[in-house]
Amino acid sequence: MTKNAIYLLTITFVLVLLSFAIDRNKTLTGIKKGIRMFVNVLFPFLNILILISVFLYFLPPDIIPKMLGSGSGFRGILIAAAVGSVSLIPGFISYPIAATAIREGATYSATAVFITTLMMVGFITLPLEMQYFGKRAAVLRNFLSFIAAIIIGLLIGYLL
Amino acid sequence: MKETLKIINRYVPIILFGVFIVLSSAFNFKPGQIMAGSFEKAFVEMISLIPCLFIIVGLLDVWFPRERVERHIGKRAGIKGIALMVLLAMLQAGPLYGAFPVSYILYRKGAGARNIFIYLGAFSSLKVPMLGIEFGYMGWRFCIARALISLPLFIGIGFLMEYLLRHRNFEVMNPAESGDGPLQVKGC
Repeated sequence: MTKNAIYLLTITFVLVLLSFAIDRNKTLTGIKKGIRMFVNVLFPFLNILILISVFLYFLPPDIIPKMLGSGSGFRGILIAAAVGSVSLIPGFISYPIAATAIREGATYSATAVFITTLMMVGFITLPLEMQYFGKRAAVLRNFLSFIAAIIIGLLIGYLL
Repeated sequence: MKETLKIINRYVPIILFGVFIVLSSAFNFKPGQIMAGSFEKAFVEMISLIPCLFIIVGLLDVWFPRERVERHIGKRAGIKGIALMVLLAMLQAGPLYGAFPVSYILYRKGAGARNIFIYLGAFSSLKVPMLGIEFGYMGWRFCIARALISLPLFIGIGFLMEYLLRHRNFEVMNPAESGDGPLQVKGC
């Protein structure tokens, strides 16, 4: 088990104990809810892990470092931003992908840009967004979020 | 029909992959074994992180029900209003387009352009369930750095949107109520 998993397990354990001490029934309902949610995402999650494993095998080992690695510079950030903007991947699935990308040689900057655009910029959902906020507001929001994502990536690269 | 398709989407890949792996190890098929190796690693990582996260999310759900926070929206202005928006967004889960109907509700409750776009920003990048997954996969440094950099940026976006839309009558519509019916977008 990784260090992160052990931290998380400890935090969960403390929170459950704390919650249990305050209200036994509420805690049980909460845990049940959590387990139900887990079961709901389990298969979509497994399918993504399968996809990653198959994809990784066929992916030439130097392509991620070349496109998103430290030598890729601003172009790598733009590639990550473009891919993140047009993909429609649920957030919880983007993290195994991001972690794999880093392991394969992507920079923190490019990965942060990918995650952020994935979450904040939705090219495919833009027509839907326009129906809610109007054309101008929807386009503006996506455009500003795109810029913000690149700033976030650059700052993360600077910090980490 | 739709239900069957859903079931096929759900279970068929894992069954096929399972059969493929068993055959690969039986016939010593190298590519299959390599894929099985990376799948195993990814699976162990997932199973050691995700169940804990969902238990935390479940607890959060019973201790801080969204409805209670929602009740205060629109009544508070200024910093308190912004903080409330961020808090409400953090308690949600799901994809961004799931937040659009919620912003319609917020709009009806009196939230303006600034707070609605702050809500969307916080929703897309500070949801607690997602932060938890991020923490597990990317480590606390990445998670905290990304969250802390994002927060001021999307508050800025909220102010900027308010400024840019100041001469227009900003309103949030509900396509589900208008004649055309909502646009269907698939995903989870």
